[in-house]
Amino acid sequence: MQITVTVNGAATTHDVEPRRLLVHYLREDAGLTGTNIGCDTSSCGACTVHLNGEAVKSCTVLAVQADGQEVTTIEGLAAADGTLHPMQQAFHECHALQCGYCTPGMVMASISLLDEVPDATEADVREGLEGNLCRCTGYHNIVKAVLQAAGGAQ
Amino acid sequence: MIPAAFDYVRVDSADEALAALAEHGDDAKLLAGGHSLLPLMKLRLAAPAVVIDIGRVDELKGVTDGGDHVAIGALTRHRDVEINDLVNAEVPLLAAATRHVGDAQVRHRGTIGGSIAHGDPASDIPSALLAMNATMVARGQDGAQREISADDFFSGFLETALNADELLTEIRIPKLGGVGFSFQKFTRRAQDWAIVGVSAVHGNGTAGVGLVNMDSKPVRAAAVEAALREGAGAADAAALAAEGVHPSSDLNASVEYRQHLARVLTKRALDEAAG
Repeated sequence: MQITVTVNGAATTHDVEPRRLLVHYLREDAGLTGTNIGCDTSSCGACTVHLNGEAVKSCTVLAVQADGQEVTTIEGLAAADGTLHPMQQAFHECHALQCGYCTPGMVMASISLLDEVPDATEADVREGLEGNLCRCTGYHNIVKAVLQAAGGAQ
Repeated sequence: MIPAAFDYVRVDSADEALAALAEHGDDAKLLAGGHSLLPLMKLRLAAPAVVIDIGRVDELKGVTDGGDHVAIGALTRHRDVEINDLVNAEVPLLAAATRHVGDAQVRHRGTIGGSIAHGDPASDIPSALLAMNATMVARGQDGAQREISADDFFSGFLETALNADELLTEIRIPKLGGVGFSFQKFTRRAQDWAIVGVSAVHGNGTAGVGLVNMDSKPVRAAAVEAALREGAGAADAAALAAEGVHPSSDLNASVEYRQHLARVLTKRALDEAAG
C-alpha cells in the first residue's frame, strides 16, 4: 500500500506492507534513525514521536495509520541553522542523559507534556513521563531539564 | 515484533465499517486506536486476516450531553475523555479512571470503545462503567441500535456481548448528580496494569462498586453494593469486597493477596467517595 506521511515537514511516500510499524517506517523507509526501538511493547517510550503534534509510541502505530498525517521525530526539532529546540537545550544544560538511549523519546514526550501542561510542577513532570523509562535511572536531571524548559517557556 | 500479514481496509463511516464487517466476517478485526489490538498482533496472539481501520470515523468521536446521561462516542480517545469538561462535571469517576490508563502516549491513541470492546478484566475503564451503570450502544447489520447494560456487556475473558458483525458506537453514562466517587489502583510500577483496582460511587441512595482484575471478566462487588444499600458503614461493606468474585494467581499476586487488596482499596474508595 502506498502511503504519504509528512515527516518533519517534508512529504515522504513509500510502498509499505500494512503490518509495517511506524517506527520501522521512520527508521528504514524514511532513513531517520534518531527514533530508537527499546522494548517494542509500548512500555519504554524510547520510540516516542509526535503524531499530529502529540506524543505516541511509534512501535504501536501502523505506518498506514499515519498515512496523510504529520509526524515529528527528534531530527525535526532543531532549527535549520542547528539551534537546538529549547527542550534539547535544557537536556544539554542539565546533563539529562547518561547512556542517551531513552533521550530522543524523553525529549519528544517532554515537549508533548509541556504543550498540555505548560506550567508543569515536578509532580506533573514525573507523572507525565511515566511512559518513558530510563534504565540508567537518570530521572533526576531529566525532570530538572523539563522544569527548566517549562520555566523558560513562561 | 512484527504482526502476521493482513489485509488493511480503511473506512470513513460507521456504515462502511458495518459493510466491511459483513464482507469479512470472523476473519476481520476492527482497529480503533490500536493499543489493545496491535500489542496482541505483535505477540501473534491475534492474527486477523483483515484489519478494518475505523480510526478516522469522526461520527463516533466526541462527548455529548444526553440530558440524564453523558454520551461518549466509542472512538473518543482516552485523552479527550480525561480532559472533557462534561465528563469531569457529570461523570467524574470516568475521568479519574481514564487518567490511570497506560501513560500519556497510550491515552493519545487508545479509545474508550476499543478498550472496553477488548473486554480485559485488568482494564481500568470497565470498573467505572459497572459502578456507574453505563449502557453500551451497538449498531447491527440491519442498522438497528442495541442497548447493552454494562453487566451484560462483559461476558467473559476478553469476551463481550458484541456480535462479530456489530459495531460499538456509544457509551451512555447516567449523570452522577454530585454523588461521591473514587478510583483506586494498586500497581507495582507507575504505568502498569492494576494488580487490583476499584471504582466506587456512593451517596444519595446510590451504591456502585466495580472491580479491576478480580475475576476472569470485569465484575462488580455486588456484596459491597448490597451492604451499602442496607446501610452498612464503609468498613463493614468493604470487608465483603472479595465475596462472590474469583481472582486468579499470577506473578504479581496470589489469590489471597488480591482478595486483601480488594478489601483495602474498596475501603479507601468508599472513604474518598464519602469525602
